[in-house]
Amino acid sequence: MSENVFEVSDGDFEAKVIKSSKPALVDFWAPWCGPCRVASPVVEQVASEHHDKMLFAKLNVDENPKTAAEFEVLSIPTFILFEKGKPVKRFVGAMPKDRFVAELKTWLG
Amino acid sequence: MTNHDLLIIGGGPAGLAAGLYAARARLSVLLIEKEMVGGQMATTELIENYPGFSEGSSGVELAEKMREQAERFGLRIELDEVMSVDFTRPEMAVTLGDGERTGRAAIIATGRRPQLLGVPGEIELRGRGVSYCATCDGPFFRDKRIVVVGGGNSAIEEALYLSRFASEVVVVHRRDKLRADRVLQERSFNNKKMRFVWDSVVTSIEGDGKVEALAVRNVKTGKTASIATDGVFVYVGNLPNTEVFKDEIELDERGYVIVDPELATSARGVFAAGDVRVGPAKQVATAVGDGALAVISAERYLENV
Ligand SMILES: Cc1cc2nc3c(=O)[nH]c(=O)nc-3n(C[C@H](O)[C@H](O)[C@H](O)COP(=O)(O)OP(=O)(O)OC[C@H]3O[C@@H](n4cnc5c(N)ncnc54)[C@H](O)[C@@H]3O)c2cc1C
Repeated sequence: MSENVFEVSDGDFEAKVIKSSKPALVDFWAPWCGPCRVASPVVEQVASEHHDKMLFAKLNVDENPKTAAEFEVLSIPTFILFEKGKPVKRFVGAMPKDRFVAELKTWLG
Repeated sequence: MTNHDLLIIGGGPAGLAAGLYAARARLSVLLIEKEMVGGQMATTELIENYPGFSEGSSGVELAEKMREQAERFGLRIELDEVMSVDFTRPEMAVTLGDGERTGRAAIIATGRRPQLLGVPGEIELRGRGVSYCATCDGPFFRDKRIVVVGGGNSAIEEALYLSRFASEVVVVHRRDKLRADRVLQERSFNNKKMRFVWDSVVTSIEGDGKVEALAVRNVKTGKTASIATDGVFVYVGNLPNTEVFKDEIELDERGYVIVDPELATSARGVFAAGDVRVGPAKQVATAVGDGALAVISAERYLENV
């Protein structure tokens, strides 16, 4: 795991994401998901370049079904950006870095 | 900047086989893949008709093996998207997110992508019950109801796979019989969890925040009905990934690349392999065969320029 992307769980989601003072992007993933394996290096790369602007977290949906169900994640990878405790942006699927950054451009500048 | 002998666009089975042949032939070769090495193959749960794997193989595993084999001979893979191409210059150029790459010859192996249904609710509920990838999303539907739309090989294969998780799998198909291979038909008719809605098309997908129901219309009687469901998996056909080439090479009316028997396209030094080219078979085995043939043709071309 890279130093810029941290793991969150059902247990600490509230504290680490919902209560975060910075916007927090959560990567909902699972080990059996091929596209997730492709997406995670992209997330890590974006995180290493932009960790000053937002937090980058990942949540394993197998181990944390409660949070995944709460946000109605039915496809992975799903990325949800939380700001002041609310989901403000959501996108689905593996994609090249440019498109990933474009999805977040309002926040990454 | 190095000018490669060969650029391969797309890292599905066709591109990976081409990469293996080219790297092993000691060409300087670069493969560019925008999303996932393995292409459509890597989203397939089980491939049973690729020779050499007597028990079948998962698509992801086959993709990893093909990649390792090609990389062992020195294939370089870059993860980026080809956004535009210029095949008119003597060294052809492709433009990626972070700049240009050039080569003396090129192989187009960009494959296909799933066609959307094009009905209200589909885009809005994508990732909220609407899916095009059973292996990615199937496990979310444990003990839930699923509809699979389509009657071809992909639809029936994936419906069978989904029946492992779902409480019920309803196949909605616009004809009164399946197009899928006989062996898949037999398995699906014997599957206790599967049910068929014939002669019907989807007219909308409904739900508040996630999929709840599907409206269908019988094309013979005109009758409409609603099917309550938690998920919709769409397998109604495919579109070739050829938008970036449309001004540079000849395509057929459906967008597939027109090739000669050596897989040469209308542009000099440009070849096409796999699902993206005109042809009746869209399979891993044929894509791999194409990848090999395209490199052999490209080598012959490079020797003569
Ligand atoms: C659900 C499903 C089940 C299947 N089951 C079987 C089966 O059991 N047996 C079988 O033999 N076949 C099966 N197939 C078909 C098989 O997967 C395809 O025939 C095969 O993958 C085609 O290989 P390809 O390399 O031509 O194209 P693809 O696999 O489509 O790969 C093309 C690659 O090019 C990339 N690409 C596209 N555009 C660009 C761009 N501009 N820049 C960079 N990269 C780009 C794509 O991201 C993709 O990775 C199945 C397909 C599906 C969808």
